Amino acid sequence: MIPPPRAIFDPTTARVERELKHARPLIGCRFDPSGRFLFVSAEDDSVQRFDLLTGAKTSLAGHDSWVRAMAFVAPAAAPAPLDSVAWQQVRAASQALVGFGAAVLPAPKPVPFTLVTADYHGKLIWWQGDSDAPKPLKTVAAHDGYARAVAVSPDGTTVASCGNDQKVKLWKAADGSAIRTLDGHESHVYNLAFHPDGTRLVSCDLKGVVKDWNLKTGKSARDLDAKVLTKYDPTFMADIGGARGMAFKYDGTAFAVCGITNVSNAFAGVGNPLAVVFDWDSGKAKSFKPKDAFQGTMWGVHFHPGGAVIGAGGGGQGRVWFWKGDDPASIHTLNVPTNARDLALSTDGARFAVAGANGTAYVYNFTGVGGPPPTPPKK
Amino acid sequence: MLPCNYACNTADHATTRRAFLGAGLGATAALGADGFANPVHAAELKKAQKRVLVIFLEGGVSQLETWDPKPNTDTGGPFKSIATSVPGTRVCELLPLAAKQMHRIALVRSLNSQTDDHGVGHNVMLTGRKMEPGIVYPHLGAVAARLLNSNANALPGHIRIVPKGGSGFNGADATFLGPKFASVGLGDGKPPADLFRPANLTPTEDEQRDAFRKRLDERFAKSRKSAATDAYTESFTQAERVVKQAEVFDISKEPEKVADKYGRHDFGRHMLLARRLLEAGVTYVKVSHSNYDTHHENFDFHIEQLAEFDKPFSALLDDLADRGMLDSTLVVVMSEMGRTPKINDRYGRDHWGRAWSVALAGAGIKGGAVVGKTNATGTAVTGREVWTGHLFHTYLQAVGLDSTKNFYPNERPVPIADPKTAAISEVLA
Repeated sequence: MIPPPRAIFDPTTARVERELKHARPLIGCRFDPSGRFLFVSAEDDSVQRFDLLTGAKTSLAGHDSWVRAMAFVAPAAAPAPLDSVAWQQVRAASQALVGFGAAVLPAPKPVPFTLVTADYHGKLIWWQGDSDAPKPLKTVAAHDGYARAVAVSPDGTTVASCGNDQKVKLWKAADGSAIRTLDGHESHVYNLAFHPDGTRLVSCDLKGVVKDWNLKTGKSARDLDAKVLTKYDPTFMADIGGARGMAFKYDGTAFAVCGITNVSNAFAGVGNPLAVVFDWDSGKAKSFKPKDAFQGTMWGVHFHPGGAVIGAGGGGQGRVWFWKGDDPASIHTLNVPTNARDLALSTDGARFAVAGANGTAYVYNFTGVGGPPPTPPKK
Repeated sequence: MLPCNYACNTADHATTRRAFLGAGLGATAALGADGFANPVHAAELKKAQKRVLVIFLEGGVSQLETWDPKPNTDTGGPFKSIATSVPGTRVCELLPLAAKQMHRIALVRSLNSQTDDHGVGHNVMLTGRKMEPGIVYPHLGAVAARLLNSNANALPGHIRIVPKGGSGFNGADATFLGPKFASVGLGDGKPPADLFRPANLTPTEDEQRDAFRKRLDERFAKSRKSAATDAYTESFTQAERVVKQAEVFDISKEPEKVADKYGRHDFGRHMLLARRLLEAGVTYVKVSHSNYDTHHENFDFHIEQLAEFDKPFSALLDDLADRGMLDSTLVVVMSEMGRTPKINDRYGRDHWGRAWSVALAGAGIKGGAVVGKTNATGTAVTGREVWTGHLFHTYLQAVGLDSTKNFYPNERPVPIADPKTAAISEVLA
């Protein structure tokens, strides 16, 4: 029996729906727009595609370095996401009806989409993400050094990337040709995101400088301050920080960046995870902190369609934190059995996933059904 | 307090600079009958004077992100390797400028320093010995200053440039060689504060004050001379030397173009100062670059730190070569340890002394040589394992010294370098 969707978002119903294993530590994770696939990147330079309907795992080979950034070019009106749990139950039921050994119910064809990935060597690769065995369609030497993030405009026409060459670059999603370079950052650019109205793009660098780019003029309309997420550690004589995750609220009224703050020892990662949520109109920032005294980095942040902010991260252990509405006090915390290095949220908000340093992607739903809440790891 | 019976001040036991020049360099003929005084050969003497520069990457630099990359393996991390000026030798992409200098650099990729501890690692790398009860060995800088330094040199022979902190005399690194060879530390490359005569004190008053201090020192030393009083007295001597050549410490005297080549950041300034000191006749300079202790975010931090290292290191090798000093200056890039091949869950690498790398260039070094090997993932040495003692012999022999001789503190023979090890002949020219 599948429980009916809950009218009110309740983070305490989050349960592990499945654990997707890979042989090497994971770095990033993203759901495709239909929610059928979870893509994860790993320390073996590969991108792995998990089909949540069939359980099939497909390796995407083409990068020769680590990938953290993944984004999707999808049809303007993406179909409603599939309920992978329900479909598996239907398939199991049909198999039971026709008997053991009969042909299983074939999985429906996935909705076509393009995947764009970016690696440490500054390379972007375009893939046909839904094909049986995705191969690189187009490779672009985009950045001099690490290409840290990639995003696709809401209309699906433009891909934006950023990296250690301090540049933000725009590309035609259709063929990967260059559109323009946005210059202005003075340190490594760690992350970016398109405003939902498609006219603006925000990017954040290592020093916590957030630039709000007007995409018509190519100029920065304003700088916002996320310096709480950066520090020059005088003991180790190095900068630590930057936006490890970045996301807009669906209605465009706010965006969040996340990372590490209160750093007392950069080289041991001693600091606290933090999400900084900016009001879009006023540019005012609000800090969203975990309730627990956790040490580590927040590696991913998203706005749930139900209005909550979700963050995930880790130090020696992993956590997922939930904040409700504008309230900066976290309302719920999940323990993750490993350092959560990235956070993905499905388009409909029905699932989220974390990329584990232990090589496992943990997929959660909000049904209140599934595996028990993970027990806190031993210290 | 210990009595001050330091090593080898007798003719029998001394390994003097003159002896070294005769035996090790064969340069005596070029120096004239008195060895030092012939002005015709002053320039030649300057070139022949061997010097040592140690670039110490504090905290434990990753061998995989520098000299022994393992791209596309479980331990390799995200970076690629790049070709160098030596066909077949590749280094990490984070060292693009050093890669172009590889024909001047020898790599030892098979160091097992047998410790994963910062303090112990620092000690064993600079003394070439395991720490032992009952004896504290002098650091390379003190040994070099003792065996290579000219008495006529107006500057201290052993100088450490550290990124920050105070400056001062009498570093605790000369041990039985005596305070004369102890390091002078320059925090942020600056001479010790209060070194120069205050404006309200006339030169005459200053001289009178100093003469009075010396009389008191001498009187005290007659009955109660100790290592501590020697160190105290020596600090004044060293201070006098520094004051006399204060301009050497002022890198603003360098042309803008040269300063640009080294880089305008702290480490660039410190490396440029090191070159000025070596050129002025300082025997041994250690420049520290901080920091590489990357238990967290190893890759981001190595991008940041090695970008800061690569440019001045390359500029320095070019500068020394252009000035005719590279053949007489041994340059060593070391750390207190390497970092684990295994990448931890915070993208960090931890402490690792079992299989890592050191780079050498300049005096007595066979540029382009690569000695030793680690396995495919860098977790073990698979060929020509060397220890810190092998390196210590190598450093000394590279500058023409006989590292198999002894010091004689308290008339007891103490081998200059660990007798269980020997120089790495493959890297010696």
